Amino acid sequence: MRKLSPTLWMTAGFMYIFMYAPIVVVIIFSFNDARYGGPWQGFTLDWYRHLLDNENKILAAKNTLELAAISTAISTVLGTLLGYGLRRYRFPGKKVFAFLMYIPVVIPDIVMAVSLALFFQLLRRNVGPFIASIFDFDPFQMGMSTMVISHVTFQIPFVAIVVRSRLSGLDPAIEEAAHDLGAGTWQTLRHVTLPLIFPGILAGAILAFTLSLDDFVVSFFTTGPGATTLPILIYTSVKRGITPDINALATIIVLASIVGTVAATLLQRNPKEGAK
Amino acid sequence: MEGLIVIAGLIAVVVLATVILSRHAQRGARAVERVRPRGEIEFGERLTARDHVIRSAITSGPGIAWVTFFLLIPLLVMGVMGFVTNNALKEYQATGSLEAFKAKEVKGVTTSAFTLDNYKRFFGYGRLGFNPLYPKILWRSFKLALGTTICCILCAFPLAFFIAAMPAKYKGLALTLAVIPFWTNLLIRTYAWQLLLAPDSLITKAMNLIGVGDPGSPLYPSAGAVFVGMVSAYLPFLILPLYTAVEKIDWSIAEAASDLGADGKRVFWYAVLPQVMPGLAAGITLVFIPAMGQYVVPDLLGGAKMDMLGNAIQRQFGASLNWPMGSAIAFLSMGAVMIALWIYARTAAKRGAEALL
Repeated sequence: MRKLSPTLWMTAGFMYIFMYAPIVVVIIFSFNDARYGGPWQGFTLDWYRHLLDNENKILAAKNTLELAAISTAISTVLGTLLGYGLRRYRFPGKKVFAFLMYIPVVIPDIVMAVSLALFFQLLRRNVGPFIASIFDFDPFQMGMSTMVISHVTFQIPFVAIVVRSRLSGLDPAIEEAAHDLGAGTWQTLRHVTLPLIFPGILAGAILAFTLSLDDFVVSFFTTGPGATTLPILIYTSVKRGITPDINALATIIVLASIVGTVAATLLQRNPKEGAK
Repeated sequence: MEGLIVIAGLIAVVVLATVILSRHAQRGARAVERVRPRGEIEFGERLTARDHVIRSAITSGPGIAWVTFFLLIPLLVMGVMGFVTNNALKEYQATGSLEAFKAKEVKGVTTSAFTLDNYKRFFGYGRLGFNPLYPKILWRSFKLALGTTICCILCAFPLAFFIAAMPAKYKGLALTLAVIPFWTNLLIRTYAWQLLLAPDSLITKAMNLIGVGDPGSPLYPSAGAVFVGMVSAYLPFLILPLYTAVEKIDWSIAEAASDLGADGKRVFWYAVLPQVMPGLAAGITLVFIPAMGQYVVPDLLGGAKMDMLGNAIQRQFGASLNWPMGSAIAFLSMGAVMIALWIYARTAAKRGAEALL
């Protein structure tokens, strides 16, 4: 039944070209020795050197990584717990919530972005000063903290979904055996379940990290002065007219996501397949 | 002072919700306990319904609370904000006092801080009769999202079958190659089309040969560029769920159909397509809904003439500084999302979206 006809080969080849043309062109142009883009002028590494000299870009890179790291740490913990709870335990209204959890997966990001921008403004006015009076820090002052909150919000469901699907691929007999051998809930979780779903948690974390690195729209609306991220920087540069060092920057980000994707794919293989 | 009132209000809402929910939960738990007094054994543990609720609160609780507070409540606040007049919101932004939302009396005329105008404007009610601005934007977004979805389906089908038919040795590679664009920054993939459609690129020159565009000028901003950018942005979102469904096809059904005399077309329609429907439905949801609100692609590849819902929202929150109007547009888009998602949840298996991740 399954045969690869030449037509299918050609069509698939064309699709791959269509998907990779934008990625490849950015990488090629990052080595192009031309001030204002345009045709190929020769190979250069100048644009990468430029990046290292540019303090704004280094700072933006630092912000981006910091934001991704902090939000991933929070969302991995909350998302893993959520995925575990949703898979294992029942509570009234669970179906409704399991449905609502898909909202961030499909919602247009601009809707989420503006609703958070609005909400933060209300909180900043009326709750922020109160918190600031206790902790000496107002988390709703637009900037890093509001971006972290926003990123965690869209990351949690993704982590939870990945962890839950990893759990559902697990043979219940393993945990039953642990209980039969006298392990308590906590012991089973700590020594049996967690090690088994760990690749899933890691895959969820990588996914969350990548989502945070990629995000432009939500960051753009929830950031404040002094907290620029790389995607925001790229957007503003593109709006002003592309400069070649943006291509170099984009190439680095693209390569990072390729490495992340490959790592996540390897981790997410089924436990049975993985044990070769 | 107002801050305290708001906090008190928020706390009251949370406490009330907790009380109602826990009552509801306890009643449910008791009902379950009556049927299965000692609970069932799951994963080697015997848990009563009460244990389930308590353990849910410990594990799912924090995540649910976070998503409720920072996703669901902001969306509701946005919906309410759509009913506020821009003047009232601006006064609030300036003073930070909730007094701004009270009705005001100026020269004997009482003006309320709340209005239906924003929502009405979205559907075309203007001060001077019918104003098609927003209905037009809505229609344009709908057309673009629909066209993108259809084109993505047409492109994704052959690719999904191709990957599924690859020999096991190369399947992983073919799949990973399809996944990588999915995780590559959409902003980068979009602005890359500016490079691909620049005046001296191969694509532009080839298009000029067949009479599209003016030689020496880029192919963007244009409707075509937006469309190509959109398909390129969303194609990976359709390939993945569709591939997962194709991989699970039971080919013996298709063989049986063809043994019973069905021709190729009928085999596809009646024996293959129904089997990939869950994946296809998941893919359509993941493309159509976000595409309706896409803002970066029309912004970078289309001009002002290609304004979509996303750009309209952005403009209200940016240059136009009419947050209530922006809220109304965003909330209505959100409502469309919910309805579509609900239909999806009812008609298609949830598996498709899970398989994607």
